[in-house]
Amino acid sequence: MNQLSTLHDLMPLLPELTLACGAMLMLMFGAFIGERSAAMVNGWCVVVLVLAGVTLVWLPPGPHVMFGGSFLVDDYARFLKVLTLVGSGGALLLSLDYLTIEKQQKFEYGALFLLATLGMLMLISASDLIALYLGLELMSLPLYVIAASNRENLKSTEAGLKYFVLGALSSGMLLYGASLIYGFTGTVNFAGIAKATQNGAGVGLIFGLVFLFVGFCFKISAVPFHMWTPDVYEGAPTPVTAFFAAAPKVAGIAIFARATVVAFPGITHEWQQIVVFVSIASMALGSFAAIGQRNIKRLMAYSSIGHMGYALVGLAAGTAEGVQGVLIYMSIYVAMTLGTFAVILSMRRDGGLVETISDLAGLSRTHPTMAFFLAVLLFSLAGIPPLAGFFAKFYVFLAAIKAGLFTLAVIGVLTSVVGAYYYLAIVKIMYFDEPVRSFERMPMLLRLVLGVSGLANILFFAYPAPLLGAATVAAKSLF
Amino acid sequence: MNWPILSVVTFLPLLGALLVALLVRGNERLARGTARWIALWATLVTFAISLVMVWRFDASSAEFQFAEKYNWLGIASYHMGVDGISLPFVILTTALMPICILASWTAIQTRVKEYMIAFLVLETLMVGTFSALDLVLFYLFFEGGLIPMFLIIGIWGGARRVYASFKFFLYTLLGSVLMLLAIMAMYWDAGTTDIVALLRHGFPIGLQKWAWFAFFASFAVKMPMWPVHTWLPDAHVEAPTAGSVILAAILLKMGGYGFLRFSLPMFPAASHEFAPLIFTLSVVAIIYTSLVALMQEDVKKLIAYSSVAHMGFVTMGIFAATAQGVAGGIFQMISHGIVSGALFLCVGVVYDRMHTREINAYGGLVNRMPLYAFVFMVFTLANVGLPGTSGFIGEFLSLIGTFRINIPVATLATLGVILSAAYALWLYRKMIFGDLKPSLEGIRDIGWRETVIFAPLVVLTILFGVVPKPVLDMSAASVSQLLENYNHAIAAAKAAETNRELAQIERERAATR
Repeated sequence: MNQLSTLHDLMPLLPELTLACGAMLMLMFGAFIGERSAAMVNGWCVVVLVLAGVTLVWLPPGPHVMFGGSFLVDDYARFLKVLTLVGSGGALLLSLDYLTIEKQQKFEYGALFLLATLGMLMLISASDLIALYLGLELMSLPLYVIAASNRENLKSTEAGLKYFVLGALSSGMLLYGASLIYGFTGTVNFAGIAKATQNGAGVGLIFGLVFLFVGFCFKISAVPFHMWTPDVYEGAPTPVTAFFAAAPKVAGIAIFARATVVAFPGITHEWQQIVVFVSIASMALGSFAAIGQRNIKRLMAYSSIGHMGYALVGLAAGTAEGVQGVLIYMSIYVAMTLGTFAVILSMRRDGGLVETISDLAGLSRTHPTMAFFLAVLLFSLAGIPPLAGFFAKFYVFLAAIKAGLFTLAVIGVLTSVVGAYYYLAIVKIMYFDEPVRSFERMPMLLRLVLGVSGLANILFFAYPAPLLGAATVAAKSLF
Repeated sequence: MNWPILSVVTFLPLLGALLVALLVRGNERLARGTARWIALWATLVTFAISLVMVWRFDASSAEFQFAEKYNWLGIASYHMGVDGISLPFVILTTALMPICILASWTAIQTRVKEYMIAFLVLETLMVGTFSALDLVLFYLFFEGGLIPMFLIIGIWGGARRVYASFKFFLYTLLGSVLMLLAIMAMYWDAGTTDIVALLRHGFPIGLQKWAWFAFFASFAVKMPMWPVHTWLPDAHVEAPTAGSVILAAILLKMGGYGFLRFSLPMFPAASHEFAPLIFTLSVVAIIYTSLVALMQEDVKKLIAYSSVAHMGFVTMGIFAATAQGVAGGIFQMISHGIVSGALFLCVGVVYDRMHTREINAYGGLVNRMPLYAFVFMVFTLANVGLPGTSGFIGEFLSLIGTFRINIPVATLATLGVILSAAYALWLYRKMIFGDLKPSLEGIRDIGWRETVIFAPLVVLTILFGVVPKPVLDMSAASVSQLLENYNHAIAAAKAAETNRELAQIERERAATR
């Protein structure tokens, strides 16, 4: 009886348990059958992710507090977990054909995906500093390994090493910040910290907060902790880059928002300044530095830096509208990113991937459908209506205006015009320039991902209610 | 009356685009033909339905008609409707589209399918811009139009098309994003983005000023007003003929429409205060760009600069905020839509034959193309503003309207009319009269297709010049209500100002006592 009730208590943890057990199972499966099972194992990992998503949706409603308040499953967590699973699942789908063609099929690949995703889910639900750190590390360690998963490739190993060294440094800083916060408030629990800081905070605590933010900014690659991003994006195998661009960003932003909004509402004014600065710096750097890029993966790195800046605009507002904006932004960002990477993964010529932007020349003649969808995604990334990317920006800026952050909003929209330039430059190459040789046939799975994400971006304006509604509910649960 | 006629007019072209995208397959020649015919039919049917709208429109009412409202974003709704100010623009759009398709019939030979899709999508966005009754929805259509136009200039344009398309896109986007922020600020002040509700909402004067400037940034670029007009000559010169027509005839009008729909009624106090700024910029535009037009060697560039000058009359008339000024502004926009569109078509005719737009390359065309010479003459004279053509009515009304408010401005603007005669007639003489250039020996006069294109435009130009009543009547009720609200708001603002001064004097008195 007692055991049963314990099991029942663990119900809200079902998605995480699914992932953990799935990862173990897949590892054992792979270890016993050997390398030839790799393709199958990786395929099954997608199924595990889907299964986790299904259990997540089927969870009984209402906030569940677990493990003495360190693990919280509320609407906010649920929304972001679904989004993370979509990001991970999409990236894994993008990987399958790539791994086969490149003869890189290893069964550890899928299992590491699952473990990293597990870390993200833990991170999203974390509601004290210890759980936060555990989730963060569980997420990061598999990511370091996957970045270097192409062992023979110098760039890939370099990417993995670089990511690891810098990641470890930022984790250390985060931990140091957490210890300072614990030292000054006497608790690691977010609600407890909120209580301790409701009447303002001393310099020590602000120090701790800054160090904590360093860790977050590193994970979401916000300026000035973005240095690793272009190199890692370029060096890592392309589907891994897609994974980096989609899922960990969602988890990072999720915990960033939760920690600031839930644990430090008393000193909003203090952290707001930091977020505003980081946001402006990211938007500006993301748009200006991307202009000179020739490699499309590096370009996507700068683009993602910029996009994190826009998402932070919503967080800077520090209100329910702002958080809602962040959630909408991240959802649409994931959709745009996965679709774009589906195209990048189809840029295949003479049996190898090509990565320079000029390789896309004349794509509208050689592959009209692919070019059309990529153009849609690029306009969406630039935030041009009526595509989904516009609504993403709309909601974050709406919140910023309400919060009176006019400077931030004006700088933000102006950098978005600069950003539009480099997205347009790609459209120009695809549509205005003369074609070069065509790419190889696009694999079915990539077509699927590209089609879904392209259509989602086009048609979002026609039926925005589900996403908006879910985001509103999710944002409310933080306040 | 129950079917959503406005939505049908708006989205029918989009349906056409979808049909072109899905149905047009197979060998190239056949595909081209099918794409053209589907596009032509889609635009013609849209035009026919929009005429039904004119027929059913109640011109005596200033209310928004054919209104539709559905829940959409939560903060914004899908609210569509037209009044006497927007309906003429909707008709102008739907009427010019079949002409544009016809004008591209033989001129466009590459990627015809994509071309037709771009034009049909653009039509949906343009009609939507004029009939949206929600600010967010308006912005959606307004900005969305950039994408197809960018592609039209960039893919089917001339030699410097890439530069022109980027300049067009980024310039317009830069102006518009500021408007977007103003829209958000308005939402937080009024609690809605519904235009009908916002028209009744009185914004505080501080917000009015900022929002006015933000909207000004967007519409002044779109219009375009001096000194942010420099994208226009480039875009016009490089765009294909039909693209130039759409740019001159409709996209520019979005700026004027925006001033009328938003700036004037929603920020009356700010409009009143900044009217001198607008007057100055308008007069500079009229005189300066007319002078620039005199110096041009490229036909399209000349017409482009003349467009900027003519738009100067429109902004001047609108911000004079008198019945004649506003009516003149609207009429001038409609007339300019027809005339400048037709002029670009005229350029297209000779360009298709000779593949050059240099004025010096032409001369003595009347010897080989008498019919063309006649058509070109009608539009040149309308461009000059000769009485009896539609161009006269618009310029005359906006000048009278401004004269009542500001005599020096009106006087200077009248000088612009003389300058416009100078460059337009000079152009006509250089191209049509004189000795026939040897290279033009074999040039053909306009054929059947081109006659079909020009005939309605010639008829409308002269008809509206003689009987301007239909257009003026259509917008009269809406304009008078707009001005009534405007004057009311100005009076209220002035009264508040006086009260504040009185209170100040009272306080000072109390202090000295």
